[in-house]
Amino acid sequence: MSQSLVITSGKGGVGKTTTVANLGVALASMGHKVVMVDADIGLRNLDVVMGLENRIVYDLVDVVEGYCRLRQALIKDKRVDGLYLLPAAQTRDKDAVNPEQMKELVGSLKEEHDFVLVDCPAGIEQGFRNAVAGADRAVIVTTPEVSAVRDADRITGLLEASGFQKPELIINRLKPRMVAKGDMMDIPDIIDILAIDLLGVVPDDDYIVVSTNRGEPAVLVDSSRAGQAFRNIARRIKGEQVPFMDFSDKETLWERLKRLVGFGQGG
Amino acid sequence: MFNWFGAKQKSKEVAKDRLRVVLMQDRLSVAPAVMEEMKDDVILAISKYVEIDEAGIEFSWKDVDRKRALVASIPVLSVKRGRMVSDRASPRPY
Repeated sequence: MSQSLVITSGKGGVGKTTTVANLGVALASMGHKVVMVDADIGLRNLDVVMGLENRIVYDLVDVVEGYCRLRQALIKDKRVDGLYLLPAAQTRDKDAVNPEQMKELVGSLKEEHDFVLVDCPAGIEQGFRNAVAGADRAVIVTTPEVSAVRDADRITGLLEASGFQKPELIINRLKPRMVAKGDMMDIPDIIDILAIDLLGVVPDDDYIVVSTNRGEPAVLVDSSRAGQAFRNIARRIKGEQVPFMDFSDKETLWERLKRLVGFGQGG
Repeated sequence: MFNWFGAKQKSKEVAKDRLRVVLMQDRLSVAPAVMEEMKDDVILAISKYVEIDEAGIEFSWKDVDRKRALVASIPVLSVKRGRMVSDRASPRPY
């Protein structure tokens, strides 16, 4: 049975688009038909993160306004079978579409795809309401920072008010060494504060910058730790039980010694 | 938390503490000034009955799932005269 997920966060720059790109590639490479929808009208980026920016002919607003058929606007990713992108319009604004239209659009995409991943714009205004309109599940991306966690909480409240009973959390850009030193909030800290279910944790990975430079999602590269984390999340989305990655090996012997002896306790 | 050499609190603990306060206000939509006002009112109400140690009062929020409980710890110094339990006791048995 097909399902639609909206990837949201409240705060900008926490990795929504990167998450959508990597989950899209991961799910498609597991043999599913996947379409990624860029709902960030006016500030589209999923196309460049995917490296598909040169292949855009029609966009989401063209489809909604009837200038083209839905299938014409879908860009097929040639690297992975069954992966498609519906780009956002760049020269329009969020009001070009309403939640009803988005609901209908996502509904028709679900008929032909196993997974519809909607990349939600930052913020809590019209763009957010549009992006969540057709979604069955909501995924919140945050980073272990005060501002991102605060916004994640706000979004959780708004999603619950919109009828999403169990939004799920992805903690992105975790730096295990900083956590070990007590200088970054740990996974249980964030879960405790937000009180929502954890879908996955993605370690901070320099390779994400490289992959975005190239337009090749990290999931395509076996050695990327972030890519591995996204593959795990994709399997959890499918309903598989996948143990959470162990980040403790990132701590050096010296750091561990210091911690055990009691210097710089992390609580 | 105990720290050797009087080290500063770990920044993640600071982050958690700050977030708890901010989220409490966000979730309840209670502005800090309103919180203070509420605290003053609670003190005022309780002071009618008992003498309290105002400096020792602690107001905090406890998380239960996504709901919040207001937890107040108010040290009582003494029961005010005329407010003793016996003054309001049930009628004597005769």
